[in-house]
Amino acid sequence: MSTAAIVMLIISILTVWGGLGLALVNLQRHPEDDTRMPEEHAPEL
Amino acid sequence: MSNLPHPKGAPPAKPPREMWSTRKVFILAAIGSAVGLGNIWRFPYVAYENGGGAFIIPYLVALLTAGIPLLFLDYAVGHRHRGSAPLAYRRLTPKAEGLGWWQVAICFIISIYYAVIIAWAGMYMIFSFTEAWGDDPQGFFLGEFLEVSENVNIGFDFVPNVLIPLVIVWALVLLVLAAGVQKGIGRANIIFLPLLLVMFLILVVQSLFLPGAADGLDALFTPDWGALTNTGVWAAAYGQIFFSLSVAFGIMVTYASYLKRKTDLTGSGFVVAFANSGFEILAGIGVFAAVGFMAFTAGAEVGDVAGAGGIGLAFIAFPTIISEAPLGALLGVLFFGSLVFAGFTSLISIIEVIISAVQDKLGMGRVKTTWIVGIPLALISILLFPTTTGLNLLDVTDAFVNNFGIMACALVTVLLLTYAFRKLPLLGGHVSDVSSIKLGLGWRILVGILSPIVLGYILISELIKKIQEGYGEMPTWFVGVFGWGMVVALIVVALVLSLIPWSSKSAANDPVLDAPNKKEVSK
Repeated sequence: MSTAAIVMLIISILTVWGGLGLALVNLQRHPEDDTRMPEEHAPEL
Repeated sequence: MSNLPHPKGAPPAKPPREMWSTRKVFILAAIGSAVGLGNIWRFPYVAYENGGGAFIIPYLVALLTAGIPLLFLDYAVGHRHRGSAPLAYRRLTPKAEGLGWWQVAICFIISIYYAVIIAWAGMYMIFSFTEAWGDDPQGFFLGEFLEVSENVNIGFDFVPNVLIPLVIVWALVLLVLAAGVQKGIGRANIIFLPLLLVMFLILVVQSLFLPGAADGLDALFTPDWGALTNTGVWAAAYGQIFFSLSVAFGIMVTYASYLKRKTDLTGSGFVVAFANSGFEILAGIGVFAAVGFMAFTAGAEVGDVAGAGGIGLAFIAFPTIISEAPLGALLGVLFFGSLVFAGFTSLISIIEVIISAVQDKLGMGRVKTTWIVGIPLALISILLFPTTTGLNLLDVTDAFVNNFGIMACALVTVLLLTYAFRKLPLLGGHVSDVSSIKLGLGWRILVGILSPIVLGYILISELIKKIQEGYGEMPTWFVGVFGWGMVVALIVVALVLSLIPWSSKSAANDPVLDAPNKKEVSK
């Protein structure tokens, strides 16, 4: 493999999987609020 | 939940709307829907033909500027108005109901042929053990397996090799859907998605150890920076992101409608979008490592054996690779198994759009609606596609409904919501109220200005190309009826369905499920 191809392979993996990693960290920092169950806010239930 | 005292004292008239138990289940189901056949057999080729390694730049730009913003738009409509696509759009504004029916009609057509490809992949998983295609995979696929007729028309000459697995696919998918949102769709995704990931990871590792794999990756990742000045490359990136994320399809509207009131929509959406792209990159590596091996054994250049992806890659190129590779049967089971699982979770989501719409419209229970929708759907699919003429029908329908239908629907949706109904501030505000990452003016610009420009450009270029060049070597009448005709028919059907009044039993008469305002949320 050429150097340019290896560099682009690494950049592609880092940006996309890095993006997934960041998205997962963001989600973990905002846990689901179990105190707000649907019936509290959904009058139809 | 029905045992809980009703907040207003009166017992609920009907069971409450189904819901995901946690947002994790929703995220898995949304990833299961987004990760489909296109991730495995479309992305690697789009990247290869549009700048190789340099393609990652327009790809990421398209993901962030159109894919994710449009995904949030779908989430906003479904979550705020808590209904199937037609009902959610109707609640947004009654004039928008037709958009929902248009999406339902598109899902109807796609589901009847998508199931067929899963049936083929299932059979090829079995064929992998014996390498049933011998030394002529193309002749086997078109001749012995599909028995493709030379006549391009609609026939009823059934092929048992396809008919039997297709009946099984329909039986399984309808059983999952009849079990409901959480117990059926949620559970299927909790099982199949990790299984798909593990199988595909093993496939990638196995492919990487094949001789010639490095040449394949070299062909895929060597950047052609000149491609970045080509508008066609940018259009390809936006097209890939658009098709891959399943936006403007009714699926994400429907899935988001089953979320709890207070759910981090943007946080979940970023995970879904990047997981989908992460799988695409993985597929690119796996597929091109295998294609590199194919070139190595043929003593040819990667470009000469790469082909064009799609059905040709899966059912002609891959069998060739399986025959030559060490542990070929394992490679075959992993590849075709991945297609089956990726396709199955996507098929579930496509049919759920229809079931959910009919359920809301008729006010019936889940099981009854599944059979009312599923049996006719399965019968049409079984009647038209496992025949000697099924391949041509599948080819034309896919090229037109998938390309024009979805693209046109997306374009009309963003234009109407932005300029005619002016609902973007309301929808963006709703998402911001419940989410970790807020949507402001930037999101409205991306959805209301950039997306229509890009979608319009891709749609018009495709339209000109198809009008000037026709479609393959198909007869004009066949393309006219099942290609162009189908695209127009779907719009007419959508308009007619939106004129049918909602009965007193329908979900339209449930209390108006407006978004909780800030006061309510902070209680």
